[in-house]
Amino acid sequence: MSAIATAELVTNAIGRRVPTLVNGREQTPYAGVDGHSPVGNKYGPPIRTNSDYPRNGDKRAPDLETALRLCGLRDGMTISSHHHLRNGDRVALTALETAARMGAKDLMWFPSASFPCHEPVIDLMKSGAVHHIEGSMNGPLGDFCSHGNMRGLGVLRSHGGRWQAVQDGEVHIDIAVIAAPTADFFGNADGAHGKSACGSLGFALTDSVYADRVIVVTDNLVPFPCIPWQIQGNNVDYVVEVESIGDPSKIVSGTTQITRSPDRLRISYLVAQFLRDSGIMRNGFSFQAGAGGVALAFVDYLARMMKEAGVKASFVRGGSTKYLVDMLKEGLTGYILDGQTFDLDAVRSIATDPRHVPTSPFTSYNFHGKGNFASIVDACVLGATEVDVNFNANVVTHSDGRLLHGIGGWQNCLFAGCTILAVPSFRDRIPVIVDEVTTLTGPGELIDVIATERGIAINPKRQDLLDAVKGKGMPIRTIEEIKAEVERICGGKPAKPKLGDRPVAVVKWVDGTVLDTVWQVLEDNPYSAKVAGGE
Amino acid sequence: MPAAAEVSQVKRGEAGRAGGDVRSDVHVTVEEHSSGGIEISLQSRVALYYGDRIRQQVLDTVRELGVEHAHLTIVDEGALPFVIGARAETALKRTGLGGSNKSLPDAIPLPPASAKDRMRRSRLYLPGNEPKYFINAGLHAPDAVILDLEDSVHHAEKDAARLLVRNALRAVDFGAAERMVRINQLPLGLTDLEEIVPQSPDLILIPKVEAVTQVAEVDAAIARIAKQFGVTRPIWLMPILESALGIENALAIATGSDRIAALTIGLEDYTADLGVVKTATGGESLYARQRVVNAAHAAHVQAIDSVYGDMADMEGLQRWGEASRAMGFEGMGCIHPMQIEVIHRAFAPSATELEKALKIVAAFEDAQAKGIGVVSLGSKMIDAPVVNRAVKLVARAKQMGLIPSSEGGRS
Repeated sequence: MSAIATAELVTNAIGRRVPTLVNGREQTPYAGVDGHSPVGNKYGPPIRTNSDYPRNGDKRAPDLETALRLCGLRDGMTISSHHHLRNGDRVALTALETAARMGAKDLMWFPSASFPCHEPVIDLMKSGAVHHIEGSMNGPLGDFCSHGNMRGLGVLRSHGGRWQAVQDGEVHIDIAVIAAPTADFFGNADGAHGKSACGSLGFALTDSVYADRVIVVTDNLVPFPCIPWQIQGNNVDYVVEVESIGDPSKIVSGTTQITRSPDRLRISYLVAQFLRDSGIMRNGFSFQAGAGGVALAFVDYLARMMKEAGVKASFVRGGSTKYLVDMLKEGLTGYILDGQTFDLDAVRSIATDPRHVPTSPFTSYNFHGKGNFASIVDACVLGATEVDVNFNANVVTHSDGRLLHGIGGWQNCLFAGCTILAVPSFRDRIPVIVDEVTTLTGPGELIDVIATERGIAINPKRQDLLDAVKGKGMPIRTIEEIKAEVERICGGKPAKPKLGDRPVAVVKWVDGTVLDTVWQVLEDNPYSAKVAGGE
Repeated sequence: MPAAAEVSQVKRGEAGRAGGDVRSDVHVTVEEHSSGGIEISLQSRVALYYGDRIRQQVLDTVRELGVEHAHLTIVDEGALPFVIGARAETALKRTGLGGSNKSLPDAIPLPPASAKDRMRRSRLYLPGNEPKYFINAGLHAPDAVILDLEDSVHHAEKDAARLLVRNALRAVDFGAAERMVRINQLPLGLTDLEEIVPQSPDLILIPKVEAVTQVAEVDAAIARIAKQFGVTRPIWLMPILESALGIENALAIATGSDRIAALTIGLEDYTADLGVVKTATGGESLYARQRVVNAAHAAHVQAIDSVYGDMADMEGLQRWGEASRAMGFEGMGCIHPMQIEVIHRAFAPSATELEKALKIVAAFEDAQAKGIGVVSLGSKMIDAPVVNRAVKLVARAKQMGLIPSSEGGRS
C-alpha cells in the first residue's frame, strides 16, 4: 500500500545512511559542506504573453476555486504556500481544501513552513487529496509523518534550500498561492500594510518567479499601484479578494516576551558576554538572532553592552522584533535586513523606516547564487535540540526521532563568521549533548560555540576564538566536560530510543544533497519539548 | 458492605506533583499490599530514555525501606534521581511503611567547610518543595542558597520538603554557595534538624526568634545530632528576628550561642506585628534594622538584611542594597537569581572607598616594616580603628574579586 519507493540506501560523506531516490527523483548524497558542484542552467518557467492577460491589468478572479480552475488544477500537481502569516494563516489550508473539493487528488503541498493551524491537512492526506508534504512538519503533522502515515517522503529544506530546489528545478511548482496583506488588481503585493500586515513577504518571492501559475490572495485590495510592491504583479496570474487571509492576533505577537527563566537568561547573558569579550562585538560588526526567548534576551543584553562600549553594528539580520527595532531607533545598528517580521513594533518599523529592509531567501540564504548575506554576518545565535561531541547538531527531530521543528534559516545561518548554539544543557532530564545526534541537520565543522547554562564549549577547530576569550573570566569548558557533568546530574547516559528502518523524511543540505534520513518512529513518547531557534 | 470495608483497609499514600505544567517533579502513589511483592507502574515523559532506571531506583528505595509488598504508581515529569528518591520515600512513609529507615542518594563530595565570617552578601531563597529550582541555583553564584522548609512550604508538605532538602544536600552541587537551611518554627524545626543536620548543612536559619531559649534549643539539638552522626564540620546559626519582641531581645539572641554567625530580620512579619504597611523605602522598620545592626556588631556577628520583594524593580533593589550597606548590613536575601548580581554590586565598596583603604593598608604595612607604631598618610595620622576597617574592607574586596591579585585573580 505504501507508495514510498524503498530505494537503495548509501552512506554519505558525513557517515549517514540516505536514500538515493526520494519521491521518484534521483538524489545526490551529501558530499561535504562545499563538496557538491552544480552544473547546468537554472529552471525556467514557461514564457507567457501579455496577449493572454487583460490589457487593463485587472486580473481579479471571483474566488479561489475559479482561480484554481483557471490555473488548470489537475491531480498530482504541486501547490505551494508560505508562512509569513505564521499560525494565523487561513490561505494555505483554504487553497488545499478548495482543491480537494474540486476533486483534485495526489497533490504535493510545498509550504515554506507549516504551523499548528495547518493540522487539518492530515485529513486531506487521509482522503487522498494531498499525497505528501515537502516542507517543515511539526506537531500533529510531524507525528503523522513520523509514524510513517504519509504516502511520500517528507523533504525538509532550509529557507535557502527551498529557493535552491526551485531554482535548480528539483521542485516544480504548478500553482503558487500567495497570501498578501495588501495587493492591487494587477497582483503587485505588499506585506507591511493592511489589517493582516505581517511585514516581509520574502518567502513567496521564489514561487512568484518560478511557479507555472501564481495566485495572489488578499483581504486588502488597494487601487493600482500597490506601493511598495514586494511581489511584482508581472509574475502573477490571478488576484482573489477574500474577507480575511488570517487571524491578525496569530500573525504577529503583540509584544514578544523575554524569557524569565533564570537559567535561560544566564545562557543569553553568556552569549552576549562571549561576543563582547571575544572582540566580535566591535564597531561595524553584524549579527543575527531569532525571536525565541533566549534570543530576545541575548539581544537585550548585547544592546546594553554595545551602549556601554560605544559600539555600533553595521547591520543586523532579523527575524525582527521590538528589540532589534529599538536598536535601529537608538542608532545601535545601521540597518535591519529582515527575513521575517515577528511583532507589531517590527511590522510598523518595516512599513515606515527605510533602514528596515525586507529581504528574501534569495538575497539572504540561497547557496546556489553568487554569494549570500548569511555568510557575511559576523555572528549568529541559534537553537538546537541535540548537539554531539563533534559539534554536529540536530534541529528537526527530538532525541526520539519525532519531527519537531523545521530547519528554517538555521542551516543557512551556520555560514556566519561565528555560529553559536544557545541551548540548555538538559531539558527535563534529557541531556542535550549526546554521543551522536539522532538527526544530523548541521555539520559540526560549521558550528563554533555551544553556550549552555553550565558553561561555553568552543569547537577545537576555532583556536582563534579559544585564544580570544582566554583569561577573560568566562566559563569556557570542553564539550566533553559539560556532557559528563550533565550525565552525572541526570543519572547516566540516556537510553537511545529504537527507530524503525523505514525512512519517513530526508534532510537536505543547503546545496540540495541529502544530509540525513528521518526514520519511522516506533514507540509512543509523551515527550514533546518546545525548542527555540531554527525558524 | 464488606467489599467497601475491605477497600478502606488498604493503606495508601502519595507524594510529589505531576500533570499540568509541572516539570522536574514526580508523583508517587503507594498502595500497601499483604502479598505479591513490589509492583511498579510507570508513566514518564522521559520513559524512553530513563524508564528502566526510574523503575530500578524506586525498587531500590522500596527495598532499602524494608517494604516487601506494595504497588507504586509513578507519574514522572522528568524528575532528577534525588527528587524521585525523596518522593518515593515520602509516599511510602505517608502510607505508614518503612519505619525509621531511610533511603539516601549517593553523596557528592562536600564543598569546603564554611567559615564564621565568610562573605554573605546574597542568599538565594529556594522553596524547599520546588525541586526544579535546586539544580542550577549554584550556577548563578550567590554567596549562599537557602533551602527553605518554612514559609514557602505548605503545612501539609513539610515532611515531603524535609526529605527533598535532605536529598538535595547530599546530591546537588551548589557550587561555591554556602548551603543554608531555614527550618520551621520550633518544635517542628527540631524534627527538621533530625534529617538535615546529618547532611552537614553550613548554616541553619531559625525563624521567628523572640527569646534566647529558642537559640539554645536549636544549638543543643544540633550538637546532639551532629555527635550521633559524626558530623564534625561547623554548622552556623542565623536567627531571624521577625517581631517587636524579637527586636527588643536582639543582643541576647545574638550572643545566645557560639554557633551564631549572623543576625537577620524578616520584614514581612515584623511590619505585620507592628500593624504597619511595609513600604519600598522602609521608614517603618528603620529602628528595627538599626537595632539588628547594632546588636550584631556588639555580638561580633554579621548583620544581614531582609529581602527586596519587587523582582522587576532592579533600580529599587540597587538603592535598597546601597542604603542597607551604608547602615552596616553585610548582605541581604534574594528571591530571584537575577537579583544576585545587583546585590553584589550594591554591597561592593565604591572605587573611592577602596582606593582610600588600599592607601591606608599600604601605609600601615610600610609603618610595620619600618617598625613605626604610628600610621600616617600624608600629613594625617591614622587611628587604629580606621586601619582595622581598611584592612577588613580590602580583604572583602579581594573576596569580591575587586582587586586583581598577581597570582591569577579570582577563581
